[in-house]
Amino acid sequence: MATFLILAILALILGNIFLQGGTGLSPRFIFGNADKDMFDVASAGVWPMVFGTAARVILMTLFVIPVGVTTAIYLTEYAPALSPFTRIIRGAVNNLAGVPSIVFGLFGLGFFISAVGGTLDVFLYPDSPKPVWGKAALIWASLTLAVMTLPVVIVATEESLRAIPLGLREASLALGATKLQTVLRVVLPQALPGILTGGILAVSRAAGEVAPILFTGAAYYMASLPQSLTDQFMDLAYHVFVLSTQSPDIEKTRPILYGTVVVLLLLTFALNLVAILIRARVRRNLRRLA
Amino acid sequence: MTAPLPSLRARVTPPDAVSPAPTHGHPPLIEVDRLSLYYGAARALHDISFAVPERLVTAFIGPSGCGKSTLLRCFNRMNDLIDNVRLEGTVRIGGEDIYARDIDVIELRKRVGMVFQRSNPFPKTIFDNIAYALRLQGLRRKSEIADIVEQSLHQAALWEEVKDRLHASALGLSGGQQQRLCIARAIAIKPDILLMDEPASALDPLATAKIEDLILDLKQQFTIVIVTHNMQQAARISDATAFFYLGELIEHDATSKIFTNPARKQTEDYVTGRFG
Ligand SMILES: Nc1ncnc2c1ncn2[C@@H]1O[C@H](COP(=O)(O)OP(=O)(O)OP(=O)(O)O)[C@@H](O)[C@H]1O
Ligand SMILES: [Mg+2]
Repeated sequence: MATFLILAILALILGNIFLQGGTGLSPRFIFGNADKDMFDVASAGVWPMVFGTAARVILMTLFVIPVGVTTAIYLTEYAPALSPFTRIIRGAVNNLAGVPSIVFGLFGLGFFISAVGGTLDVFLYPDSPKPVWGKAALIWASLTLAVMTLPVVIVATEESLRAIPLGLREASLALGATKLQTVLRVVLPQALPGILTGGILAVSRAAGEVAPILFTGAAYYMASLPQSLTDQFMDLAYHVFVLSTQSPDIEKTRPILYGTVVVLLLLTFALNLVAILIRARVRRNLRRLA
Repeated sequence: MTAPLPSLRARVTPPDAVSPAPTHGHPPLIEVDRLSLYYGAARALHDISFAVPERLVTAFIGPSGCGKSTLLRCFNRMNDLIDNVRLEGTVRIGGEDIYARDIDVIELRKRVGMVFQRSNPFPKTIFDNIAYALRLQGLRRKSEIADIVEQSLHQAALWEEVKDRLHASALGLSGGQQQRLCIARAIAIKPDILLMDEPASALDPLATAKIEDLILDLKQQFTIVIVTHNMQQAARISDATAFFYLGELIEHDATSKIFTNPARKQTEDYVTGRFG
């Protein structure tokens, strides 16, 4: 019963979006440049936002997977289970998962932009009048998202590591393998699908988030695509927010709004699909051995 | 860091080697001296002293929970993996205290191989299961690895059954084949000692017979310590037998003596099936 309710709600939301947004979709809209007047139905395009959103999600994945996987390996394989230090880390991970995303945005602003970026500028560009690192940028938005999705990756990886039988580890160690060799050559390959699941969840969570990138990298309008990690970027999710709050005539811009939402959904789906395909491949390789 | 154990094989057999059990002139290779082991506060092994002679098969028998596996895992320090384990007394292998501070556990485990009760092949190909340990040792030459893989499979009496499917998954093998693969994997790196914890307990009689034949064959080359619940098996394949009860070594003697004329009443009751 509850399942049907959920399915019905989902169908209602998606149906509404695709019905209203489908009409606004065209190659010109998806691949067209953003117009200075972004509320003009005839000329608006969202390609820079597609690019920006894809870039921040992919960069985030590159940051969060290594850090999350390393942390999970430390927690399951190395940390003494009952030590206070381990408990503190675990508690921190759990709490991190419960923090509202706007707080991550503020954290990114305070920590990455002011503290890290500001310090980099002091040492690398002491003579530059304008900040180079100490301002909103693609890299800081991605890092902020990475911090936000860290718990998802850690928990998913930990679970898959714990599912691997002790017997396999013992077999490896009994052959004279070090713990690190055992983890890298026996345990991790088995845990890969679980790690990728963590990555998929992280991508899904991060793609539609606006709050964490609001102060850390998203731009209202940019004339060109970001050229480097220190540039700002336009973003689909943020653009939805802009369209729905800043529009001079909400009725007229509605097709753009819905069209942007559809593109955001499609992009999220496409990014997930990449991860899902990789995972399917890994699983197939593992199954060949099972 | 690496404190190489003295070459265990190079030891010359002294006449009438001192050992509590008859050793048919085989010198002691593993010497256990007043060993006690605690899991937290619970004592699992109590003041055990005896020696395992070189190149014979020693069987550990005794009722469930008496500490056979625990003792076996002392010999390759697998108990290191468990939190809260405390040890008293010494275990020497080839004269070297394996719990001494400067012992390299990795080196020790290369010299003391282990086969587990539940066969645990890696989810890799048959070939890679054996090549794994060889590569760990730094072997890179493909032909050399392939040679040792083949040789180990021959030794484990598995070659004929798997030679056409070396690159298929090891998990597709039958239980008995998997266990022989685990044996092949353990002997590929040429340890001195092979520890086997109930290697045939999950197998049918035919597969068990194959493993037993294999053990008799392997003792030419390795010193074997085997845990078993099967009295006939202990009688068939072992030269010396140690009977444990509640963490204590009750009796250790030539297998024929243990099974026909044990010195202790408890041993007699156990081997004749009157308790345990
Ligand atoms: N990891 C552990 N932590 C705490 N106690 C343990 C642990 N492993 C074994 N023990 C205890 O130590 C005692 C000896 O166990 P061990 O596994 O060595 O017995 P065993 O003779 O091998 O039994 P079996 O024939 O059933 O395999 C038992 O009382 C057992 O409960
Ligand atoms: Mg046991």
